Amino acid sequence: MNSILLTTATRYVGPLLLTLSLILLYRGHNLPGGGFIGGLMAASSVILLAYARGWTETEESLPIDPLLFMASGLALAMLSGLLGILLGGVFMESVWLPFFKVPLLGKVKLGTPLLFDIGVYLTVIGFTVKCALALGTHNESWKS
Amino acid sequence: MILLLALTVLLLASLFAFGANRLPERLKPFVLPLPAAIAFVLLAVAGTSFIKDGAIIELTVPWVPYLNLDFVLRLGGVGLLMGLLITGIGALILLYASSYMHGNPMANRLYAFLYSFMFAMTGLVLADHLLLLFIFWELTSITSYLLIGFKCESESTRKNALQALLITGLGGMALLAGFILLNVASGTWLLSELVASAGSVQSHALYPAIFVLVLLGAFTKSAQFPFHFWLPNAMSAPTPVSAYLHSATMVKAGIYLLAVMLPVLGDTAAWQITLCSFGGITLLIAGVSGLQQTDLKRILAATTLAVLGLLVLLIGIGTTKSILAAMLFLLGHALYKATLFMVAGSVDHETGTRDVNALGGLAKLMPWTAGAALLAACSKMGLPPFFGFIGKEYVYKASTVSGFGELITAVLVVGNALIFALAVKVAFLPFWRPSQCELPKKPHEAPIAMILGPVLLSVLGVIIGFYPALSEPLISAAQDASLGYVYDAHIKLWHGVNLALVLSVVTVSLGVLLVVLDKKIVSFLTAMKLPSMETVYYGLFDATLKLAAWQTRMLQSGLLRNYLLIIILATVLLVASQLWQFGGIEVPVVEDFTNIQVWVISITMIIAVFAALLSKTRLTALISMGVVGYGVAFLFAQYSAPDLAITQILVETLTVALFAWVVLRLPEISVKSRSKHRYFDAIVAISCGLLITVLVLKSMALDISPSISTTLVQWSLVKAHGANVVNVILVDFRALDTFGEITVLAIAAIGVWSLLYRGIRHKKEGDGS
Repeated sequence: MNSILLTTATRYVGPLLLTLSLILLYRGHNLPGGGFIGGLMAASSVILLAYARGWTETEESLPIDPLLFMASGLALAMLSGLLGILLGGVFMESVWLPFFKVPLLGKVKLGTPLLFDIGVYLTVIGFTVKCALALGTHNESWKS
Repeated sequence: MILLLALTVLLLASLFAFGANRLPERLKPFVLPLPAAIAFVLLAVAGTSFIKDGAIIELTVPWVPYLNLDFVLRLGGVGLLMGLLITGIGALILLYASSYMHGNPMANRLYAFLYSFMFAMTGLVLADHLLLLFIFWELTSITSYLLIGFKCESESTRKNALQALLITGLGGMALLAGFILLNVASGTWLLSELVASAGSVQSHALYPAIFVLVLLGAFTKSAQFPFHFWLPNAMSAPTPVSAYLHSATMVKAGIYLLAVMLPVLGDTAAWQITLCSFGGITLLIAGVSGLQQTDLKRILAATTLAVLGLLVLLIGIGTTKSILAAMLFLLGHALYKATLFMVAGSVDHETGTRDVNALGGLAKLMPWTAGAALLAACSKMGLPPFFGFIGKEYVYKASTVSGFGELITAVLVVGNALIFALAVKVAFLPFWRPSQCELPKKPHEAPIAMILGPVLLSVLGVIIGFYPALSEPLISAAQDASLGYVYDAHIKLWHGVNLALVLSVVTVSLGVLLVVLDKKIVSFLTAMKLPSMETVYYGLFDATLKLAAWQTRMLQSGLLRNYLLIIILATVLLVASQLWQFGGIEVPVVEDFTNIQVWVISITMIIAVFAALLSKTRLTALISMGVVGYGVAFLFAQYSAPDLAITQILVETLTVALFAWVVLRLPEISVKSRSKHRYFDAIVAISCGLLITVLVLKSMALDISPSISTTLVQWSLVKAHGANVVNVILVDFRALDTFGEITVLAIAAIGVWSLLYRGIRHKKEGDGS
């Protein structure tokens, strides 16, 4: 698929999608969004890239294997659960840092639920990208 | 505490035995039997205070409280007798094995397995909790599987080991079920408390089921007809294993169980008839089939079977005398059978053959072994003054006064005569008749470690034959435990001339006759071609494999269409049947039809569905399905579920995009399936859709428990600092669920990737060729 339009658009839309996904991830606790939605959105930026530049090339240009994303996502989620135990509670009990205010963002709440959501985010990205790449490169190799 | 100590010693020994190969050869005969000997002494100490002072030696450690499973050990009379045999003979077996396995690089495994078996077996006879007993019971099955299959390079050995495991394992399952029902009927898990509730158990409606299940467990373990065939096959184990498992221990586990269950389940007509008939049949079948064997070990296995049958029969009679006889026979048999097995092993070791027809004239070459064999054989033949004689006398005393006296006595006389004949064949002829032919190895006396055990055990048989009072406390305690009440027994060697003695004389003469006619009987039996239970076993075995293959073919057809059909049909049927039970398909009437937007979206979706169904190209179908998906998303949005709506849109977009990529590379749609199939598919699809619709409507009407959603909404901001309750539920309230879900996601990704990746590799290999 060699569409100049698509290739050019991807150059701008891709980063935009990624940024949007991070915003969705962060605001998820209070507004529609969260790790799952954010992860899907981030993954779609990679898939868009693949459509523009080809699957195999995209796979080769990825800095890290998506499986690693999944692994670290799971590890983060687990860690957020363990923090609950470490800080004297039970597994998965939420622990919060003191809230503070930042201009533009308003009140910032950092805690293990956010950490957990980041874990979900990474896992979903890993899953979607891995499956899409597997399917896409598979088909490319069949065609050739 | 002392019981736990004994078990711990054995358990540790089984672990450390793996390092046995590092021991210097000289030390092995001293070190290896040591843990068993320690356990023996510990049990003996416990036993002394148990018998002398009537002390109750028990230990309760809570284990899994919510399963009512406690670690309860308690020393009982039968358990003490068995425990002493297990550890005592075990020590001698290890001494024997240390020399028998000389130079075998896998020897350490054998020692370790022997010790883990010993641990399991000792635990079994000490356990007071039914479930604990069951656990040890299964452990003995597993460890004996490892032991029987020790020479795992031979296919027949593996087959035989598996056979033993399957039969005893299945019996174990039955036993577990029996124990659970027993608990239901009696309200207790403890053996020691069961005796008190014997009456209520026997009058309980579950009694027949308990009876059958427990007997199944005992019969499979003790190789009773019709499960008897595994025992001779288990002879493919190394000889020390056979000597241990199939003389004193594993096969006696069933006898032990029957003995301790007698006061609970026994004393009914069903008990007497079942045990007597199955025991009697086993005794006769085993004796007769033993005559046909020529392998020393197989003959011994046949006599073991015969004795097991005899013991079951005696426990079946269930009188004071018969139990006394059973306990005497149990002890006597353990002593001489372990001896004979070890002797058979020595003969095999030194001559290179176990064929009874080839052996002869070994008495001069292996005097010590021959002596031990002679003593053990005399005990086995039931000649005075050996311990076996006492056992047999008491057997006849018990049988002549029991219900079916004549019949049982006749069976016993024939059975004992058969055992007599087999004893002559296996322990007399190889040593005392002139040598028959050239042997594979030049025979000479076995090393000292392999002589000590047989000699010790056989001499012990003579000593307690002369002084039966020595065994009295032990036997009496075991008898009391099995009867459920105290009975003062006096064991004597000589009772004067009486009916039992006459029967003994008849037995011996019949036995001599059998030995003389041996050749004729064997050729007659061979000509008869008796049906074997083993064919039934292999028939079932093959049928199971065929069934498995058939259902795998059916379910795992490799066709995507079939998989989908099975999954959807199964879901529809299962859910529908549940739905039916919860009040049928009546659903509340939805009254709100005023929302115009919902109308528009719904109609669009319906049109899209038909477009997908009728489209001629894949891409159109795909896009139509996409429209349905977006429609769902709009509906979510309409009913204020923005998170769901966004997710749905993203998922739909990604799916359509990915599918489009794949679909573009597929050939054009062509109708390949028959219309019959298509109609069927349509019916399945419609019923699935209907079911989901009903389910959704139904879920609105059902109010099974108070809803928690309002509480969650209230807590969301206050307790979890989040205004988006959907997200708070996902990452905080129900984070564990989410964690499980993302784990599944990761596993699914690995699955997809490996499936597709394999496809690529095949393709590339295909290209290369």
